[in-house]
Amino acid sequence: MALLDKLMNLVGELVLARNRVLQFTRADSDPAFVTTSQRLNLITSELQEGVMKTRMQPVGTVWSKFPRVVRDLSLQLGKKVRIEMEGEDTELDKTIIEAIKDPLTHIVRNSVDHGIESPEQRLAAGKPAEGRLLLRAFHEGGQVNIEVSDDGAGIDLERVRARAVERQLLTHDQAARMGEREVANLIFMPGFSTAEKVTNISGRGVGMDVVKTSIEKIGGTVDLQPRQGKGTTLRIRIPLTLAIIPALIVVSDGERYAIPQVNLLELVRLEGEQVRTGVERIHDTKVYRLRGNLLPLVDLRTELGLGEPADEVDVLNIVVLQAEDRQFGLVVEGVTDTEEIVVKPLGRQLKGIPTFAGATIMGDGRLALILDVLGLAQRAKVVTESRERSSHSSLSTTGAEQDSTQTLVVLRVGADTRVALPLTRVARLEEFPRDLVERGSGQDVVQYRGEIMPLVDVARALGVPRGDEPDDLMQVVVHTSGGRSVGLVVEDILDIVEEHVTVAAVATRKGLLGSAVVQGRVTDLLDIEAVIQSQGIGLALAAAAAKGA
Amino acid sequence: MADEQQLCTFYAGGLYFGLDVREVQEVLQYQDMVRVPLASEVVRGLINLRGQIVTAIDLRRRLDLPERDADVDPMNVVVRSDDGAVSLLVDEIGDVLEVDERSFERAPETLRGRMRDLVEGVYKLDGRLLLVLDAQKAIDLPLPRREDE
Repeated sequence: MALLDKLMNLVGELVLARNRVLQFTRADSDPAFVTTSQRLNLITSELQEGVMKTRMQPVGTVWSKFPRVVRDLSLQLGKKVRIEMEGEDTELDKTIIEAIKDPLTHIVRNSVDHGIESPEQRLAAGKPAEGRLLLRAFHEGGQVNIEVSDDGAGIDLERVRARAVERQLLTHDQAARMGEREVANLIFMPGFSTAEKVTNISGRGVGMDVVKTSIEKIGGTVDLQPRQGKGTTLRIRIPLTLAIIPALIVVSDGERYAIPQVNLLELVRLEGEQVRTGVERIHDTKVYRLRGNLLPLVDLRTELGLGEPADEVDVLNIVVLQAEDRQFGLVVEGVTDTEEIVVKPLGRQLKGIPTFAGATIMGDGRLALILDVLGLAQRAKVVTESRERSSHSSLSTTGAEQDSTQTLVVLRVGADTRVALPLTRVARLEEFPRDLVERGSGQDVVQYRGEIMPLVDVARALGVPRGDEPDDLMQVVVHTSGGRSVGLVVEDILDIVEEHVTVAAVATRKGLLGSAVVQGRVTDLLDIEAVIQSQGIGLALAAAAAKGA
Repeated sequence: MADEQQLCTFYAGGLYFGLDVREVQEVLQYQDMVRVPLASEVVRGLINLRGQIVTAIDLRRRLDLPERDADVDPMNVVVRSDDGAVSLLVDEIGDVLEVDERSFERAPETLRGRMRDLVEGVYKLDGRLLLVLDAQKAIDLPLPRREDE
C-alpha cells in the first residue's frame, strides 16, 4: 500500500508538470511541440485514471459487516430488521472508504436503534412487523451518493424542535420558522440527542454531530430527509477521490484561488449597466436575483481580509456556490480556468484557518490556496442563517415548456442549427480528441472518468445537414441520469445565456421540444431523452445498469 | 569530538542566531511566496519547494523584532519537522560553525518576551554572542487569531 501511495504522489507531480507544459503550448505554437504535449496530456490523464483505479475499492467492503451488525442489534433490541443493499460495487478511493467506515456504522446502528420500531408498534401502525433498512450507493455528477433509508417511525419533528429550544440551540421563533428538512438536520448539531432513554447501542458518546464532522472532513455532505411516520433517508454525498480534483481557478486581489468543482453550481457575469441594476442591497448585505431567488453575495476580497470591495466596477463575476443546502454568490475579480489540481495539505501553522482546504501548485509553478467553501460560507455567516429555501435548481429541471427565466446552453449542431438545453441537464462540458473515440457494443464510446460513456451525434439524431470537416477536438455535452453519463456530440458550444424562454413553436421534428427565441435568434430546444433514445442508448443504458447491479 | 557541535548560523534584526545543522534541511535564496490571508502575521506565505508546500515564518516577526526594510528580500532557513519542512525567513545566512560546548550558557533569566521562550542558550564567541534557537518552538505557532471572536 505504501508503494501505491508513492505512485499516487508521483502521478500527482506528473499532473502538475503536465499542466505546466500545457501552459507553454499556449505561448509556443511549434506544431511538433504542441502535438507532443497533447500526447503527454493524454498519457498523463490515462495514467492518472489507471492509478486512481488501483486505489478504488467497492463500498461493499464496508457494507459487508452490516448484516451482522444489524442482526445482532435487532436481536438485542427485540426488533425484526431486514437489510437490503443496492450498488455494493460502487467504487471509492480507499482513503475515503476508510474515512466513512465509522460514520456509516454509526448511522446504521442509529437507524436500527432509533429509526425502526418494535414489531408491536409496527403492526399497530399498519406496517409489516419486519422493518427494512436499505443501503444504496450510486455515482452522480462526479460524486458518490450513499443513502441509508429505513421505514421506521421517522423523526418526530416537534420533539426535535422542542429539544433544540430546550437546549438553547434555537429560540422559539427560529424553531417555528424552520422547515421540516431543516428541523430534521438539527440532529447534527453538537450535543443533540432526542432518545428518551440512552441506550448502549448508538448512544455511545458518538453523536450525529461527529458523523457529520467526519463526513465533512473528507469534503462530503450529510442530509437527512424525514418522511414523518414513514421513515428517514440519510444521504451522504462524497467525492470520488481526494487526491486530484477538478477546480475552478479564480483571482482575487492579484492572487489565484482554487474552488473545488463539487461546490460549484454556475458562473454569472454581469457587465456594465447590469452591475448597477443587478445587485441590490438589503441593509448591508448585497444580493443578486438569480432566477427569482435572492442569492446573498459574498466578496472574496473582503472575506479574506484584503480590503473592501470596489464600488464602481464594470464587470462583476459571481461564482455561485453550494454550501450544505445553501447557495451563495462569491464575488471574485476574475475567473480564469478549470484545472485538475493536486490537493496538498497545509502545515500545522495554518490548520486553524477553516477558509482553506489546502494548497496546490499551478501550471506556472506558483502556488494557489484551495478555498474550503463550507468554511468560507460559515465565515461569511451564509450557512448559519435558518431560512427555508427550497433548492430551486430542482424546480428548473422540469423542461423547456416552462415559461420562466432559465439558464440555457446554446449549441451549434451540424452546419448551422442552433439548439439549446437547460444548464441543469448538463453535467459537464468536455472536449475530447477525436482519436479517443472507440467502438463498444455497436456504439461510439469514450472512456470518461473511469466509465465507458456512449456518444450521441446530435446532428445525426436530429437529421440536420452536416457542416464542414470536423476538427480534431470534439465538443461534448455530458448529460448524467441515473448515475450514467451520455455524451452529446455537437459542433460547437456557443454560449450560456439566461433567458426568459417562451416556446414559440411546437416541435415538428423528433428530438426537439419546440423552438424559442434565444438571444434574438430562433433556437430549437433539445429533447434530451428523445435524442438519447433515438440512438438506442436508452436501452443500452438500462441494460448496462441492470448488469452493473 | 562529543563536545563539538555544528551550527548553521544566520542573522535577523542585527542578532546572530544558530541552529543545530541536523535540524536544518537546507538554506535557500529568496523564494517567491504566496501570501495566506487570515493567517497569523508571522506567516509570510507559502513556498513551492520542489513540489512540497512549505510555510514561511518571518523570524523577525516571530521574535517581535523590528520589521525588515521592504526592499530587502529575506532568505530561507528550511527546518525539518514531524509535519514536513518549514522555512524561517532571515536577513542573511552565515557560515556553518563548529562550536565548543564549553562556551555554552543558558539564556539569562532577564531575557524577556518571545526571546525568552525561543532562545535555548548562548555561545560566547570571540567578540560576539551566538543565540541558539529552539527551532521546533519557533515554528510552532499559537492558533491563528480569529477576528470574529
